[in-house]
Amino acid sequence: MSDKGLPATFENPGLPPHVHRAADDDPRAAKRAERQVAGLFTLSILGTLGFIVSYFAVSNSTEVFVPFIGKTNLLNILLGVCLAVALLGIGFGAVHWAKTLMSDEEVVEERHTIGSSDEARAKAAGILAAGAEEAQLKRRPILKATGATALGLFALPLGVQLAGSMGNPTKALEESKQTIWDVPKGGKPIRLVRDVERTPIKASDVSIGAVFHVLPETIKDSHHVLEDKAKAAVLLMRLHPSAFATDDLGTKAKSWGYEGIVAYSKICTHVGCPVGLYEQQTHHLLCPCHQSTFDVTRDCNVIFGPAKRPLPQLKITIDDEGYLVAPQGFVEPVGPSYWERKK
Amino acid sequence: MTTAASPRAADLRAGDTSARVGAPTTKAGKLGVWVDERTGLAKGASVMLKKVFPDHWSFMLGEVAMYSMIICLLTGVFLTFWFVPSMGQIPYEGSYLPLKGITMSEAYSSTLAISFDVRGGLLIRQIHHWAALMFVVSLSVHMFRVFFTGAFRKPREINWVIGTILSMLALIEGFAGYSLPDDLLSGTGIRAAEGFMRSIPVVGSFISYIVFGGAFPGEAIIPRLYSVHILLLPAILVGLFAAHLILVMVHKHTQYPGPGRTNDNVVGFPLMPVYTAKAGGFFFLVFGVLTLISALVTINPIWAYGPYDPSPVTAGSQPDWYMGFADGALRLLPGWLEFEIFGFTLSLNVFLGAILLIPVMYTITGAYPFIERWITGDTREHHLLDRPRNAPTRTALGVAAITAYLVLFFAAGNDIMAIRLQMSINDITEAFRVLFFVAPVLAFWVTKRICLSLQRHDREMVLHGRESGTLVRTAEGRYYEVHEDLDPYTQWKLVSFESPAPLAIGSGKDANGVSSKAAKKERRRAKLSRFFFKDRVEPVTPAELAAAHHHGEHEAIEAPAAAPAAIKRAKQD
Repeated sequence: MSDKGLPATFENPGLPPHVHRAADDDPRAAKRAERQVAGLFTLSILGTLGFIVSYFAVSNSTEVFVPFIGKTNLLNILLGVCLAVALLGIGFGAVHWAKTLMSDEEVVEERHTIGSSDEARAKAAGILAAGAEEAQLKRRPILKATGATALGLFALPLGVQLAGSMGNPTKALEESKQTIWDVPKGGKPIRLVRDVERTPIKASDVSIGAVFHVLPETIKDSHHVLEDKAKAAVLLMRLHPSAFATDDLGTKAKSWGYEGIVAYSKICTHVGCPVGLYEQQTHHLLCPCHQSTFDVTRDCNVIFGPAKRPLPQLKITIDDEGYLVAPQGFVEPVGPSYWERKK
Repeated sequence: MTTAASPRAADLRAGDTSARVGAPTTKAGKLGVWVDERTGLAKGASVMLKKVFPDHWSFMLGEVAMYSMIICLLTGVFLTFWFVPSMGQIPYEGSYLPLKGITMSEAYSSTLAISFDVRGGLLIRQIHHWAALMFVVSLSVHMFRVFFTGAFRKPREINWVIGTILSMLALIEGFAGYSLPDDLLSGTGIRAAEGFMRSIPVVGSFISYIVFGGAFPGEAIIPRLYSVHILLLPAILVGLFAAHLILVMVHKHTQYPGPGRTNDNVVGFPLMPVYTAKAGGFFFLVFGVLTLISALVTINPIWAYGPYDPSPVTAGSQPDWYMGFADGALRLLPGWLEFEIFGFTLSLNVFLGAILLIPVMYTITGAYPFIERWITGDTREHHLLDRPRNAPTRTALGVAAITAYLVLFFAAGNDIMAIRLQMSINDITEAFRVLFFVAPVLAFWVTKRICLSLQRHDREMVLHGRESGTLVRTAEGRYYEVHEDLDPYTQWKLVSFESPAPLAIGSGKDANGVSSKAAKKERRRAKLSRFFFKDRVEPVTPAELAAAHHHGEHEAIEAPAAAPAAIKRAKQD
């Protein structure tokens, strides 16, 4: 390409000429803008007054119907709308003021390199070096060594205090493997009770397709209800005995149950949400948090989703009075996986 | 002034002056003198008050984040007056009848009291929650703006890193906050968080034990989250935010390229009075809009969920939006990522999404300016922003990253989609798994092509001007459309960018023909540089424009044929 004396790149044309606004030239337009800004500020004052009046005058329990929103608390609406008016009045007023009446001529400010000059850097480095020299850091290495060690160690007491006050994790690990379903040696099997009502369940109460949210009867003696519940929550379902798979998994599931009634830990083996959704037709259990899906007919093995392990099964049978009981606790830790789960 | 004439003037020591000439006489002026004599503020203030900020709508995004944070701090203080951070179980005695008599934690009960018994308490609570959501939205979009305009380049890398940390802490702060009411939904979130901690190799169960002070849920987690939420994280957030702002002042704000704007100046309006009014007013606008939303739209109706209980659960359990991507990752990670080694269990299906994802994502984000600088070898200061189209590869990388994020984000709604769209949740999840890998690649390619097309369009615009819509018939009977030249100001915006050529790829051997580590590194760098810059569109030069004008005399309705030649594709041999 021939250049014919043209520059290699374009030249910056500089700031474009300033265009005046209506209010810059026309006093009437300026007056109008002034009135608008004052009006917005007045609106804000009214909003504030409205807030105070509503606060004292309106009951906390009055409900109103608002189109597109539905039934809602009147006080909340009034306080919120009034406060919003008070705030928006100031905001719009100030911005409108800036845009119509304050100068809109652009100002140019020069930039300077962020870094300091070489002399300034050298000076700072010199001061540091001189300071180190004056402190005799090099000549007295023992001060350097002990000082650095002391500084390095001083946070330790705080750390020790914090860590030491956290309790005994090894004991906790052991506890995390136990649930209140565990039957002490020679103890009686534990009855299954309904969650919330806490009434025992007869096998005959459980019709095919039914689901029960279940806890051990021992929950009534618990001193740590939520902690115990978090490990002991169980889901009980009754399937037609022919619905179970005929492979080993299905056979085991059926044999740990009672006439098609099976009980599984409700705590998801993924991250511990309650597996609360039972699909009666497909016999699938679905965790609502991350959608792990467990197949009840095959011992709650995972058929979809992020969980790896099946839900632990609780072995059940009936006692003399026909109530469902668990003769033993879970044979593996319930809930999410962790490093030493198998130990 | 009467001081000079007062008898006490005799008590002054030699060299002391009693009053300066022209000392202020107004009350405000005197107060100013009083303060300045004790602080010396006037020197700095006059520089500060005249500081120039450039004007652009996208510069408001960071402001929205700043104000949302301030509103959170303000409303948060109110909430602390009534909220009781205790997991002690008590029967509910408040005015919300459906829960009357039910056993619940004091945290939940006091949150109900804020919502139903404290006048205006619900409004404050809702402003706090909406402001928190707005904080994360606006700081994310602010980060996008900074990324796509290249505002993170030297000298602003440190501020980019600070912003990255702020963004990550905001997520944790939000999680800690919405967990405090101890309702069924947030309690399920904490339950899941306990599962996350357990997935950490070797120390997971110890960490869980330490954090919860024993077995889940225990009575420690809410009080601990409370001190994290109201003391520890806010202190760090405010400290980093102050550093972030100070650095903005030190660097002076970046500006978009345009006439009169150079890398050595900043063109805009001074803090006093224009930006005091505009930015100050904008605080009230953000606050006002958040208040209006809080008056009209319920957020987190904890009374509808009930108190936390480990046994029940609701379908559609989801975290607040900004944790959605991590939740989505958990939904997509397949179960076979959990396995056993030497009898120990390693749950990568949880660990990758719940523990590693967030720090890895933010590390990559924080490292990006340094990576790009290494590839481009550009060590200059940059105060003029890039238009996103003029950095096609960076823009495409950013869009690809956002796409991957969005895939995870939407995956957290796979259950809702399955219900609303009457589709199989399994199919939806599988589709998201594929999309996570495919969509970012597609997004990269499409974005880059769009950027290049926009650049070509800019070239066209400069070379051939605006279509005026005026058809002219020549004496011979031919028709052509008159194109109007761009004015120099508009033109400057379209031609004032750089289009660096890729570095030449070396052989990986040094001058003596021996392959060396350093030479190999250079080779890798040149390859990345080629990835970055191989497809490029150069800005129009005056010579090209002159040639186009010459050409334009015969311009017919047919498209000009010069365009393809303008696109240079670097050929490497």
